[in-house]
Amino acid sequence: MSTDLSDVATDTTFPPPSLVRARLPRQATLIVGVLALALAVLGGPLLTGASWYSVPFVAGLLLVVLLPLWSLQVEGRRAAVDRLVTLLVTYAVTLALVPLVWVLAYTVIQGLPAINWAFLTKDQTTTLDPVTFKQMPGAGVLHAIVGTLLITLGATIISVPIGLLTAIYLVEYGAKSRMARIITVLVDVMTGIPSIVAGLFAVALFTQFGSVGTRIGFMGSVALSLLMIPTVVRSGEEMMRLVPADLREASYALGVPKWRTILKVVVPTAFGGILTGVMLAVSRVIGETAPLLVAVGTVDYMNTNLFSGRMQTLPVFIVSKYKQGADLLELAWGAALILVILVMVLNLTARIIGKIFAPKTGR
Amino acid sequence: MNLTTTEPAEVSDTLSGGSQRGDRVFHGLAFAAGASIMVALAGVFIFLAIRGAAGFSAATGLYQPYTSFVPYAAGLLFGTALVAVLAMIIAVPFAVGVALFLTHYAPRPLSTVIAYLIDLLAAVPSVVFGLWGLKALGPALLPIQRWLNEHLGFIPFFAGEVSATGRTVFLAAIVLAIMVLPITTAICREVFGQTPRLHEEAALALGATRWEMIRYAVLPHSRSGIIAGTMLGLGRALGETMAVLLVLNASGPKITWHLLTSDNPATIASNIAQNFQGENIDLQVVLLATGLVLFVFTFLVNFAARWVVIRSERKFQ
Repeated sequence: MSTDLSDVATDTTFPPPSLVRARLPRQATLIVGVLALALAVLGGPLLTGASWYSVPFVAGLLLVVLLPLWSLQVEGRRAAVDRLVTLLVTYAVTLALVPLVWVLAYTVIQGLPAINWAFLTKDQTTTLDPVTFKQMPGAGVLHAIVGTLLITLGATIISVPIGLLTAIYLVEYGAKSRMARIITVLVDVMTGIPSIVAGLFAVALFTQFGSVGTRIGFMGSVALSLLMIPTVVRSGEEMMRLVPADLREASYALGVPKWRTILKVVVPTAFGGILTGVMLAVSRVIGETAPLLVAVGTVDYMNTNLFSGRMQTLPVFIVSKYKQGADLLELAWGAALILVILVMVLNLTARIIGKIFAPKTGR
Repeated sequence: MNLTTTEPAEVSDTLSGGSQRGDRVFHGLAFAAGASIMVALAGVFIFLAIRGAAGFSAATGLYQPYTSFVPYAAGLLFGTALVAVLAMIIAVPFAVGVALFLTHYAPRPLSTVIAYLIDLLAAVPSVVFGLWGLKALGPALLPIQRWLNEHLGFIPFFAGEVSATGRTVFLAAIVLAIMVLPITTAICREVFGQTPRLHEEAALALGATRWEMIRYAVLPHSRSGIIAGTMLGLGRALGETMAVLLVLNASGPKITWHLLTSDNPATIASNIAQNFQGENIDLQVVLLATGLVLFVFTFLVNFAARWVVIRSERKFQ
């Protein structure tokens, strides 16, 4: 206890030392952090010529070693462990956010050069240049955007009624019955279906009743709806449970039958939350690739008929362009950027709607 | 309240027999929707079984490099489990750390923002993760892979010749870990938040530090929740297709413990996506059969996770 560091600490303990342990100064983390950063810069890029990328890692490592050591000297083992854990938890969060920023930034940087008017308004059909008679490769992804939107719309049209009616059954009719419990478990299990299995199911179903090579856009809708239904049920159930029982009872007291109460009171009250849930579910399946790859396939021209012929979708477009070669990678990144923007816009809008229509449970 | 606007005429109408019929019809509809979920799940199993049945004993040439279904599926299952388990080993400490930060360290506003950002991670399409892993993360991790091989090469996992492209099991596991982080974090966060406030305050009142409070009040209470979150994440990782397909340089079903070489085992899902587009109908049937194996396997993992949750809920009630 003779180092000058601990002297600083003991000076600040004004109540009887028997009651209060020695503590590090309040800005201890900041002090050691700055020190660690300085050491990392000095010992890294400045003196040994290591790359600047190493600085945050070395500084972080120094901080996580030095601060607990100092704390061990002054405050004892228990406080040192506490400080160590606090640092580790903070590191975990910081590191966990790196991929998000990195993925989004990388996609924007790689995808932006590909995006222009032709990219958004043309498909991939090869055309013959009327002047030079050269074959011009297609330049755009319009067919993929349209395909993605149509197939997702189909999935939404299937999932929303089934999902909401199931939620209504779970909340209003089946509450606590054996059937409701079974359905709850099954919905949970359904959440875990691998997306590619959903695609295979669509293939198996449609080839059982159609010809062996059947691939149509609607198969993708069926596959996606299998992935979407559990999300819709979950959020619908959650939101309808938030509707106060008072409202239902007031409606019953007026002689309104149950089904009208549900349609006119429960669902409208929970509407904002339900809409948020549906939009989040859409944003989750709109980027699904695997089921569409096996169930819908890929094609280079515009097809707006869900029930006939293959369709192109953005995710599958990305994969197929990646496979076709390095010079087409820019197209893949452009499509990836559009897909990410679609997903993020849906996601953000859903959250904002959720905030605005949040059920006012308090009085 | 504006709920009282029902007109008298309507009320008398709804009190008559017509309303009961309406109620019965609506009840029936809701019930049918619930039942359709059962039918759908059963349908997945039945149709995969019908269409894939022939895949269990197809011509031997379809099971390359093996000659029959069992070793073929076992090899694929090995790759699937290897990548997924590694991903969870990486993801779980992070998920627990992030969840602790959100529930016990961060101030409320910061916690909301970070929780939202982590959820956003789940919204990024898997194919974008795949491309990014391939083009950005892979090259960035190459030095680490080389270092592991050089200094820890005596451990079988890190032995062998390091892949020049970095498209290894190691990289695939890291990309998967990033992708399953949101769901595992969400579950951990939920259970951490449910720790009885009194337990926490009692621990603090006895002079425990924040970590001791977490160690002795929060973690014991949340153990089953962490297990459930891990298994749900595992279920997600087992079924992930596109990221693995793009990131992993797989050479078909095989059993190898080397994580850093260019000779990697395929996973069930990536193997299906890789080969399904070729118009070989016989091979597609075999792939359907492996899809059934994957479905049953993830079903069991998810079911086990739910069982852990339900059992612990009973314990605490």
